[in-house]
Amino acid sequence: MSENITSKAAAAIDRAKAEGRAALIGYLPAGYPDVQSSIEAGIALARNGADLIEIGIPYSDPVMDGPVIQAATTEAIANGFRVASVFDVVAGITAATDAAVLVMTYWNPVMRMGVDEFSRRLAEAGGAGLITPDLIPDEASEWFEASDKYGLDRVFLVAPSSTPERLEMTVKASRGFVYAVSIMGITGTRQAVSGSAEKLVADTHAAGAERVCVGLGVSTPDHVREIAAYADGVIVGSALVAAVRDGGVDAVGKLTKELSAGLRRETAQA
Amino acid sequence: MDAPTSKPEQDAADAFLEGGASLRNASGPYFGSYGGRWMPESLIAALDEVQDTFDKAKADPEFIAQLNDLNKNYSGRPSLLTEAKRFSEHAGGARIFLKREDLNHTGSHKINNVLGQALLAKRMGKTRVIAETGAGQHGVASATAAALLGLECVVYMGAEDCRRQALNVARMQLLGATVVPVTNGSQTLKDAINDALRDWVSNVDTTHYLLGTAAGAHPFPAMVRFFHEVIGEEARAQILEQTGKLPDAVCACIGGGSNAIGLFHAFLDDASVKIYGFEAGGDGVETGRHAAAITLGRPGVLHGARSYLMQDEDGQTVESHSISAGLDYPSVGPEHSYLADIGRVTYEPITDTEAMDAFRLLCRTEGILPAIESAHALAGAIKVGQRLTEGKADPSEVSVIVNLSGRGDKDVETAAAWFDMLDENGNVKGTTLSTRAPKGPAERTEEQN
Repeated sequence: MSENITSKAAAAIDRAKAEGRAALIGYLPAGYPDVQSSIEAGIALARNGADLIEIGIPYSDPVMDGPVIQAATTEAIANGFRVASVFDVVAGITAATDAAVLVMTYWNPVMRMGVDEFSRRLAEAGGAGLITPDLIPDEASEWFEASDKYGLDRVFLVAPSSTPERLEMTVKASRGFVYAVSIMGITGTRQAVSGSAEKLVADTHAAGAERVCVGLGVSTPDHVREIAAYADGVIVGSALVAAVRDGGVDAVGKLTKELSAGLRRETAQA
Repeated sequence: MDAPTSKPEQDAADAFLEGGASLRNASGPYFGSYGGRWMPESLIAALDEVQDTFDKAKADPEFIAQLNDLNKNYSGRPSLLTEAKRFSEHAGGARIFLKREDLNHTGSHKINNVLGQALLAKRMGKTRVIAETGAGQHGVASATAAALLGLECVVYMGAEDCRRQALNVARMQLLGATVVPVTNGSQTLKDAINDALRDWVSNVDTTHYLLGTAAGAHPFPAMVRFFHEVIGEEARAQILEQTGKLPDAVCACIGGGSNAIGLFHAFLDDASVKIYGFEAGGDGVETGRHAAAITLGRPGVLHGARSYLMQDEDGQTVESHSISAGLDYPSVGPEHSYLADIGRVTYEPITDTEAMDAFRLLCRTEGILPAIESAHALAGAIKVGQRLTEGKADPSEVSVIVNLSGRGDKDVETAAAWFDMLDENGNVKGTTLSTRAPKGPAERTEEQN
């Protein structure tokens, strides 16, 4: 990790830590159902307890996403979403809140715009960095260069299947936090959080990561409580997207408030 | 294409032109600047396992003997090289030779790859294979190999393709496979691959993803090519035996590009042999409704590899269009992108109309009903034959090999509709004979009630 770059994502997680709790990270797709609504939903996330916000770029071939997010991003594209609008969403949320705003994107849209150009515009919009579900450090040389140049966080993923060598390599490559995939699978709500998540977080910490956040299949305050006991942050996606779908901005605010109640580690002990 | 040829491609082109470097040793992960592993971390361990198992198997005489035995005694290899004498008259008089992959068990080249990968799945201790399919050929081949080797098989197929290829859906089910219609996106091959990848990441402990084309993340492009190299090796020996010399050109159709890379590979270092890949031009590349990724795409990443890709200004994948379900894919295997950039292989589009004209021509001149995919290669060979014989006193000195990658039984309904042979009920005109899949006992009973 480059030491001379101030990580916005790390700062947000550390603020939560100073309050004795894990950070809450909420995912919403840009442009769903339209650009302005996604800005308002992001602001509602931040005002109701999310420390970091993950804005997804709707993409034609989202292989890591389950039905809820696929349906939302497909609708966003059908409604005319353009990739450059993601910078408006990031700027709109950062202007109104203190949350760190990351963009989650499949790699081809970034490559198409140009990695340097995309990074420059993201930094100008006040974005913290990128979460890259289909970019592994092995292929990321252009992104290393651009993220260092513009001071952006690089959030790579680790999975229960990652070998110790790959954990170590990915931890070294990451800045901000490391995204631990709780299960072998795709996004979507599930009944229970997999037991493999806790071990993965411990292994990732042991590999040198200061901050490890857990996502995939996290949808209820109970899930949040369980994960907050051992991880630095909890990532919720599909459940929030379903809230936007079913109840709009108000439903996002309400769910975020409920989820954030599970963050305190002392309640986890009770 | 607005991407300039990058340095590695230029170096390779120079080396090849100087006669120094072989193009036959590309083992991946990169082919010039193409290929790689643009994949979720969750799947990297599985890709490593496939690669490791493949590397060891390739070097294991027992595995090779097992594969050769299946190729010979199950698939029926070597496939024939048939001279198409009456068809040749339409190709400027050049001698046209058909590499008869249509005669393989299951009716296409796809069996070569699935037998190899299914054996690898067994070696890895997997009990389940999943596959994507466009035309249904790879799905049928996968279901076949799974039945033969006692593996569970699930095939993802775009709902649009299920409709176009209903008989192949039934074939897969008869072979014991589960067919899952994919209703996402354009409901064709690329969306079937997306759903297969989602299945794989969720079931990777028990499941091997039997990818059907020489695309995707490393090691798939190099591995799928390896299992198809037998096509070109046989064809090269057969043409030498039949004509005493190498062909002037070899031709194949390109969707993902597996039959093509299998044929091309044996000829890559034969500088005198011109190599042509024919992409699906759909309604014509000028209409935007096509699947000509190399001709009109630009480099991008899809399904794990960097390659030429049909994409819009935002990097969203553009839906491809072709009368041929098997070529209806918006990208192409990464080695083809590399071979295009260095100029070793020439890639050209063939429209639906040109392909269907060649389809009918082969039926009527040779008594062979080709897959519509392969008809693109035939249409291309007509052009190549005419070009290469121009001004030649004896055009029969020119010989061209065409990969007849599959048979056309699956395409009878599409062809009958194209040639206006059906009435409004889908019956062959003047008969009550439907080309559609027959109804099962359950549906018949329902109608009677």
